[in-house]
Amino acid sequence: MLIIKNLHAKVGDKEILKGIDLTINDGEIHALMGTNGAGKSTLSNVIVGNPAYEVTEGSITFNGQDLLAMSTEERAHAGIFMSFQAPIEIPGVSMTNFMRAAVNARREALGKEPLKSTDFLKVMREKRKLVEIDQKLMNRSVNEGFSGGERKRNEIFQMAMLEPSFCILDETDSGLDVDALRIVAEGFNKLRTAETSAIVITHYQRLLDYIRPDFVHVLINGQIVKSGTAELAQQIEEQGFDWIKEELA
Amino acid sequence: MNEKNKNGKQNENEEKKPGQDSNELVRRIAEKKYEFGFTTDVHTEIIDKGLNEDVIRLISEKKGEPDWLLQFRLEAYRYWLTQTQPTWGHVHLPEIDYQAISYYADPTAKKGQGNKEQEIDPELMKTFDKLGIPLEERLALSGTAVDAVMDSVSVKTTFKEKLSEKGIIFCSISEAVKNHPDLVQKYLGSVVPPKDNYFAALNSAVFSDGSFVYIPKNTRCPMELSTYFRINARNTGQFERTLIVCDEGSYVSYLEGCTAPMRDENQLHAAIVEIVVMDNAEVKYSTVQNWYPGDSEGRGGVLNLVTKRGDLRGVNSKLSWTQVETGSAITWKYPSCVLRGDNSQAEFYSVAVTNNHQEADTGTKMIHLGKNTRSTIISKGISAGKSQNSYRGLVRVGKHADGARNYSSCDSLLLGSQCGAHTFPYMDIHNNTATVEHEATTSKINEDQLFYCNQRGISTEEAVGLIVNGYAKDVINKLPMEFAVEAQKLLSVSLEGTVG
Amino acid sequence: MTSELQYIELYNEASDLIKSKSCPVMNTVRDEAFATFQRLGFPSKKVERYRYTDVDAAFAPNYGISLSPLTVKPSAYIYNIQEAPIDVTPYYHRIADHTDAITALNTALVHDALLVYVPKNTRVEDPIVVDNWLRGTAATMMNRRVLIVMEQGADATLIINDHAADKQRFLTTQVIEVFCHDNARLDLYEIEETTPLCSRFSNVYIQEGRDCNVKHNSITLFNGQTRNLCDVYLQGENSEVTLNGCAIATGSQRIDNNTLIRHEVPNCTSDELYKYVVDDKAVGAFAGKILVEKDAQKTSSHETNANLCASSDARMYTQPMLEIYADDVKCAHGSTVGVMDEAALFYMRQRGIPEAEARTLLKNAFMGQVIDQIKYEPLRQRLAVKVEKRFRGELEKCDDCRLCK
Repeated sequence: MLIIKNLHAKVGDKEILKGIDLTINDGEIHALMGTNGAGKSTLSNVIVGNPAYEVTEGSITFNGQDLLAMSTEERAHAGIFMSFQAPIEIPGVSMTNFMRAAVNARREALGKEPLKSTDFLKVMREKRKLVEIDQKLMNRSVNEGFSGGERKRNEIFQMAMLEPSFCILDETDSGLDVDALRIVAEGFNKLRTAETSAIVITHYQRLLDYIRPDFVHVLINGQIVKSGTAELAQQIEEQGFDWIKEELA
Repeated sequence: MNEKNKNGKQNENEEKKPGQDSNELVRRIAEKKYEFGFTTDVHTEIIDKGLNEDVIRLISEKKGEPDWLLQFRLEAYRYWLTQTQPTWGHVHLPEIDYQAISYYADPTAKKGQGNKEQEIDPELMKTFDKLGIPLEERLALSGTAVDAVMDSVSVKTTFKEKLSEKGIIFCSISEAVKNHPDLVQKYLGSVVPPKDNYFAALNSAVFSDGSFVYIPKNTRCPMELSTYFRINARNTGQFERTLIVCDEGSYVSYLEGCTAPMRDENQLHAAIVEIVVMDNAEVKYSTVQNWYPGDSEGRGGVLNLVTKRGDLRGVNSKLSWTQVETGSAITWKYPSCVLRGDNSQAEFYSVAVTNNHQEADTGTKMIHLGKNTRSTIISKGISAGKSQNSYRGLVRVGKHADGARNYSSCDSLLLGSQCGAHTFPYMDIHNNTATVEHEATTSKINEDQLFYCNQRGISTEEAVGLIVNGYAKDVINKLPMEFAVEAQKLLSVSLEGTVG
Repeated sequence: MTSELQYIELYNEASDLIKSKSCPVMNTVRDEAFATFQRLGFPSKKVERYRYTDVDAAFAPNYGISLSPLTVKPSAYIYNIQEAPIDVTPYYHRIADHTDAITALNTALVHDALLVYVPKNTRVEDPIVVDNWLRGTAATMMNRRVLIVMEQGADATLIINDHAADKQRFLTTQVIEVFCHDNARLDLYEIEETTPLCSRFSNVYIQEGRDCNVKHNSITLFNGQTRNLCDVYLQGENSEVTLNGCAIATGSQRIDNNTLIRHEVPNCTSDELYKYVVDDKAVGAFAGKILVEKDAQKTSSHETNANLCASSDARMYTQPMLEIYADDVKCAHGSTVGVMDEAALFYMRQRGIPEAEARTLLKNAFMGQVIDQIKYEPLRQRLAVKVEKRFRGELEKCDDCRLCK
């Protein structure tokens, strides 16, 4: 369970989040919508602990732990995963080595033995099939020369490898055509368990057609200004955000 | 401008070359090329050649200087005596006979003192007219105030009153010494100390005139300030000194133009430019340098040995140097920036064209001392004829300059197989949070582009001009409009006769 | 500037002894080289090519000079110069820079030399390996000389490993002259893995004829103070040269690489890649000049120097230079000094990889680009492992078992 209380955060000198309160129970999917610059990406970066963002006030607890006191990797070990909006290329680091380092670091944190090479490769093979990602991409450097769709699929593949309990899908639908969107979303659905909770950030209804949210929140100017059920997303798709802004005024 | 220049060509070097050979066209173009090579017949007071303490005392006395300035000069001179002319750099600097140069020439000295501004010799006015720099305010380029320096003395500063309404001081440095001694004393030599280098010491000892600019706090200078330098008298050196102080929150754009007559012997030009930029202030300094480059055989030409440096003392201060260098027989010049203030930003944009026997060793130094400082270097070298064109630059990131960034790009274009293009960047990085990038390329002019132009009916010469201007565009675009047009013309003219 | 005195005295006292242990071809040039050294003295930092290394200080301590004979295990292609199968007069001290003080000192003091000779049209399948072991019970100066003669069409891989067997101060001077006749190919690897007590001054001179291909790889894994010079003279058309450098410095190690590639004739290609990772209080310096002479049209040259400064006390100096006198050329150089990619670090940490591990992976990936250039597969694999160990700090821990590697 993730509990966010009165969260304020800034990038450089600019305050982006101005008091966020949000509780996400196990198994719940929360969609986060809002205009550009409203603070959606900032919120996800703060949850996973991007050092470029500074929390000035408030708290986040995850399964009872003070998340803000933990390093980025400790949060990852606790089961938090972010599918990046623009996954970065890391030349010279092969996907296989990268994944091995990540999987074994988490295992070590959980007090488990590292996976043997053969076992690791077996897991890689299984998960790869699950998200329909090409083997040849695994021999390349992380995200290097990947197309937009391949990168997003690679994110879901990593999610499969790391088996997180809480996921953030940060505009996973951006830059994907309909077929790629379906494969990525179905991959996510296959991977989630009854306990998996998630924040899904999107501008469009179409991703939410595949991943049905339990709640929809509208973020404007660093605050959650409206919450509702899946119908709210439908309404935003049709009418945009202006009516919400008018309500506020 | 062209019309005026036509009159100006007659006085010098009209000897007829007999040959009907194929080189004639090239030679004619080469001769035609330097359009500002005329001399002016004005009565000029020149002190005797040679350099010693008495000469320095005489200069100081003629300018009615206070004692501290005389001492400043003498100290610099005594230091200079202990030094030897530097030999580094990719140029062949001739032995300069410092005793064969006259260190002071005053074309305005008609009859003793008099008020110079009201009594400018009409010949002198004509000179600056020929150069396209009208000193009559009614004719002036719109929005540009001009300080004109011929030989050693500032001839006239236009628009002075208008500027003074805003508290802006723009006058010759001699005048500034008289009227604003505190400011001059405070800043003179604070950016380029007299002992900085051999030529800086020489300049500090004998500097004659130059411009002084002071922009008070929170003032945006409403017009471009501009100085034109011209060497006229024979066997004189020009040692001008420019000092620009831009106080907190202010802005100024400053232009410098240079020409000299064609003479067979070398003329020495050893200037100093000092710029002080305070908190949140911004200075743009643009130069179009077109000193006489010598003839096609490498005779004569200006030895351009200058020290230019800006001190970005304030936080968030900005300084940009933009230079288009087509002149001088030898150029030895590194307009530099000391990025002292946190978040300060510096830029260096340069186009250097060398042709015939010209040698240029030019570039910049970016010294990062403050935190989160940024610098950009864009250098375009174009070599033709038998010339040597070198970029030499230093990027130093000090130990405490966290988050410093530099990007340098130095490209060289070669026209012809007799010339050279060289790149000597130095990067000294003492901080692990710095990001410094340098890239350079050297190539010849693209023959496909030339052919494409030819096919469209554009002559090779014209095409070279077009391509070179395109190549230099990133830098030219940084110049103020009037200057950009002039610079483009200069580039084409400087390269006439180099291809084909 | 006083360190040269002890070497001048040494030579005046010991030159007869050195000569008696040496051979005519080496003795012929000895006195002249000594005179050159005496005239030049050690280069100060004002000498452009030595601006990043304090030579005088490095040669100041009192070292004993090693005059033990060079023992060469009988094997094909490697000889003690005193048993050379060919006349080496046209080669010895011919392309070495006669105006370089270190080369002059080496030529004056060296008594023995190694000859690598590959005859005409001979293709040597397995790499020729030379292991240098620095051994001594007191501070010792070693003067090493290697002559490599690749006759027409010869093809070989040569690996020179530098080790220090004892925890002792060692000062090495080395001069390598490489002659590649037309159509020859040479892959030369120099791998230094010594101790912080070692100082190394190495000057390599390579001359290529027509249609040659030389790859020189300079790998400094562990050292004290190293100053490597590599000069390449491209004298025949259609030749290629590749210079690769890997420099890893921690503690107070210093690595200074200085290269010159001189294109003297048309249609040659040069490629240069040097990478540095400097950490702790280490100092890295790179200066590389590409010189294209007037007639060397159609030259293609590319030089890259990329550096990672990993600590706030580390320093990096870089100086890539182009000096070009021909117009029909394509030359480019690039140089970067950078920090680790923060976005990549964050991405890796989000996946649960600890920061220290993520940094190691990134350093390793950064250096991987150089290691990947190594053509000889088993060496590439071995070095990939060593480089990774080096970044994990595991290489130096094995200090005591250096001999068993």
